Amino acid sequence: MDSEKSSPVNEASPSCKNAIPGKPYITEEDGVMKVRTCAWSPPGDHPVGCGMFLYVKDNKLVKVEGDPDNPITQGRLCPRCLALDEVIYHKDRLQHPMVRDRADRGKDKWKRVSWDEAYDLIESRVRQIWKDYGAETIFTLTGTGRESTLYAPVYGPAVLNTCNGSSTYAFSGEACYGPRATITNYLLGAGVPEIDFAQYWEDRYDHPGWECPKYILVWGKDPLYSSPDGFFGPSIIDLMKMRSKIITIDPRLTWLGAHAEYHLQLRPGTDAAVGMGLCNVIIKEGLYDHDFVDRWTYGFEEFAKACEPWTPERVEEVTWVPAQTLVAAARAFATNSPSTATWGVALDQSKASTQAAQCFLALVAICGYLDVPGGVTITKPTSFIGQWRYDMMDTLDPQMAAKHIVDRDGKYALFNAGAAMGGVQGDTLLNWLEGKWSDNKHYYKLRMCWIIGTNPLACMADQPKRWYDAMKDLDFVVAQDIFMTPTIMALADVVLPLSTFAEHEGLVTPNYGRNQHFIGAMNEAVHNDNTKSDLEILIDMGKRLRPELWKDVDSPDDFFDQKLKDNYGYGLDDVKAVPAKMAGYEYRKYETGGFREDGKPGFNTSTGRVELWSPVLQSFGESPVPYFEEPEYSPVSRPDLRFEYPLVYTTGGRHISMFHSEHRQIGSLRAMHPDPLVTINPATAEKYGIQEGDWVEIASPLGSMVQKAHLTNEVNEKLIHVEHAWWFPEQDGEAPNLYGVFKANANNLIPHESVSVTGYGAPYKNGICKIRKVDSLEG
Amino acid sequence: MKYGMLVNYGLCIGCQSCEISCVKEKNLPEGEWGIKVEQIGPEKLGGKWEWDYVPVPSSLCDLCEERMRQGKQPSCQLHCLAKVIEVLPLDEMSKRMQEISDHKVACYLP
Repeated sequence: MDSEKSSPVNEASPSCKNAIPGKPYITEEDGVMKVRTCAWSPPGDHPVGCGMFLYVKDNKLVKVEGDPDNPITQGRLCPRCLALDEVIYHKDRLQHPMVRDRADRGKDKWKRVSWDEAYDLIESRVRQIWKDYGAETIFTLTGTGRESTLYAPVYGPAVLNTCNGSSTYAFSGEACYGPRATITNYLLGAGVPEIDFAQYWEDRYDHPGWECPKYILVWGKDPLYSSPDGFFGPSIIDLMKMRSKIITIDPRLTWLGAHAEYHLQLRPGTDAAVGMGLCNVIIKEGLYDHDFVDRWTYGFEEFAKACEPWTPERVEEVTWVPAQTLVAAARAFATNSPSTATWGVALDQSKASTQAAQCFLALVAICGYLDVPGGVTITKPTSFIGQWRYDMMDTLDPQMAAKHIVDRDGKYALFNAGAAMGGVQGDTLLNWLEGKWSDNKHYYKLRMCWIIGTNPLACMADQPKRWYDAMKDLDFVVAQDIFMTPTIMALADVVLPLSTFAEHEGLVTPNYGRNQHFIGAMNEAVHNDNTKSDLEILIDMGKRLRPELWKDVDSPDDFFDQKLKDNYGYGLDDVKAVPAKMAGYEYRKYETGGFREDGKPGFNTSTGRVELWSPVLQSFGESPVPYFEEPEYSPVSRPDLRFEYPLVYTTGGRHISMFHSEHRQIGSLRAMHPDPLVTINPATAEKYGIQEGDWVEIASPLGSMVQKAHLTNEVNEKLIHVEHAWWFPEQDGEAPNLYGVFKANANNLIPHESVSVTGYGAPYKNGICKIRKVDSLEG
Repeated sequence: MKYGMLVNYGLCIGCQSCEISCVKEKNLPEGEWGIKVEQIGPEKLGGKWEWDYVPVPSSLCDLCEERMRQGKQPSCQLHCLAKVIEVLPLDEMSKRMQEISDHKVACYLP
């Protein structure tokens, strides 16, 4: 990568000196403390661990600057970290615990209390609920890829003693990451797949043996702007500079799609059909890696048979992808070894998520790209607290564990068997809260919720008004975050203020340990007496409510040090001493035994092979090979609605200035993206008399909402795109307005419980709609 | 020595990190900018998609003279997610432009 190295000023270092003894990550520059750290959250972000220096003077953050020595990010930072000062010192930042009478939910009648008072209140209420109703009546909710995803699952068992904690989301079909992690676990016996961008080594693209992928297939994902799960998205540009070519599969034309060799612009929700079409071309034309298929896959013949009906012509008819584009992309991908691929949340966000994911994994496997240089990296799952989380779950009394909320009609056996997560399935939880099984002998009423760093009414909850109604009469609700949110204003009785990643100690674990190329230290740079981290609150309340489990843990640093030593043989100081503690990588572990506990060659599945025909899926009542099922609401499945709802919609494209429902109140970031935008093709807009900047009502058979028109060729004439997770911190926060959370809410449009038999996958990104111009956000 | 800014705008992804890092570095008042990203497209030209982001430095840009003096990269260059900005001596510019790409490269003397 000559272009990265030849700039004459890149390598020189400024005058840094006076490292504090024992704290090699702190230097002093012109009287200002310069603290090296890796970012995670809050504010929201995934565990990418971007490396930076926080400049601190008199305990105040004065500047954020990228760390050129971080092997992955190399100094690069996105606007969210560059505006971190505006987050930390925002006037609306939660700075003290607050309580409110239950009768005042939805009203801005908060009273400031001390941490001890808040903890006392929570402890006494939890003990009362244990005594009066049983611990099982308490549930927890957590959200997307924030740091809290590591710790929230432990609140249920190890603080509240309930079986209804773990990773529970107010989220239909667990439609983010869980489906992909689970299917990979079952078909490959491994963590999640990732692009090989030489991420495991400090010398990166110069590492001996690494190869640059010839093609990068980017499916249902826009990683340049979302940097998801542990992947630093702009690495794709690094690879493009080294001549990697791009294939995109996306209903929208993204910038990456516009720069791709092939863009497969599919109808949303038809990923499985496109996937079977791609595999069919590759199999029919004999372009697959025969040796890998023979030695390392199981059920190839049956898989090929399942794909056979998906001729390019049939794919075009169903998915909108032109037959010749499909064929050309399939040939290019299969015949240019090594190539790589990455999949996004779009594959989770349809009812047929399992089938789409089967196709993705099969495509990569049969082309011989798994675990080879320049292909797709996969590893055994590893996590510095993984085993500890399972151990904490096991502290539940078996009688308590047996009260775990499951679908009482017997659905979602695969999810409830534990899968990768083990929380309460999202659709089941809403049904339970709404009293669907109130006549069942196993039913009990839920009494308390602890909301751990999530804002479901804005971001995740399908049919958010139903979730609001179902939760607003709970006896007691606790929440924690860095800002007041619509969810907290609507529902909570106690709110605890969280510290940002600049204000606490932590560890960054890319891909949550499921493809973890490094561990990064999150170092406290600014001390804030008023706020605590998710882990600190967990330890504090654990010591109060289940002290027997917490006697060996005194502080987050002790905890990290012990867990690191248990898992990796090095301690916290070793991580803090470097910009990122790189993991190293070995290719072709299926040949060397690196995937299996018994050390034998092969994959860690029941057959020892990549299961193209899945015995696990079959045992849970799902087809062992992929098939295509239309979304519940599509032009094909509901021809009766085609005149009233003539357009197809998709949702959830990211803008780099914001993370889901966060950052909406941050001045420079909101200025970059002030309004919720509905993206409409100019020809479609003209038909409806809609101009750039007009307010537009979008209605599906399930509900409606309003966003502002942006006219662009990013969508074709049959499709619109709406943004997700909008609320308006500048509006009235009190109920019923709740910061306008229901006004522009994409989740008003989607059905509840349109999920597969596994319990995974929901149509957040595909449906049918109509549009009309309206006067304002109020409709 | 006179310096200029080279922008490999064919690979600019429009992340706007240059804009915000410049505002923070120079402590600019709201509404002012030292560099701004403009968007062209997406439109089809000759049957192919054209979609460019082009960062354009303003007259407030001094190519981070002070940072350069300290041996640091200019703020926009350091933070640019696509690494498409380079500030370098003008007499090296022509050679570098040819190295970096065969199309869509701009040079600014703000």
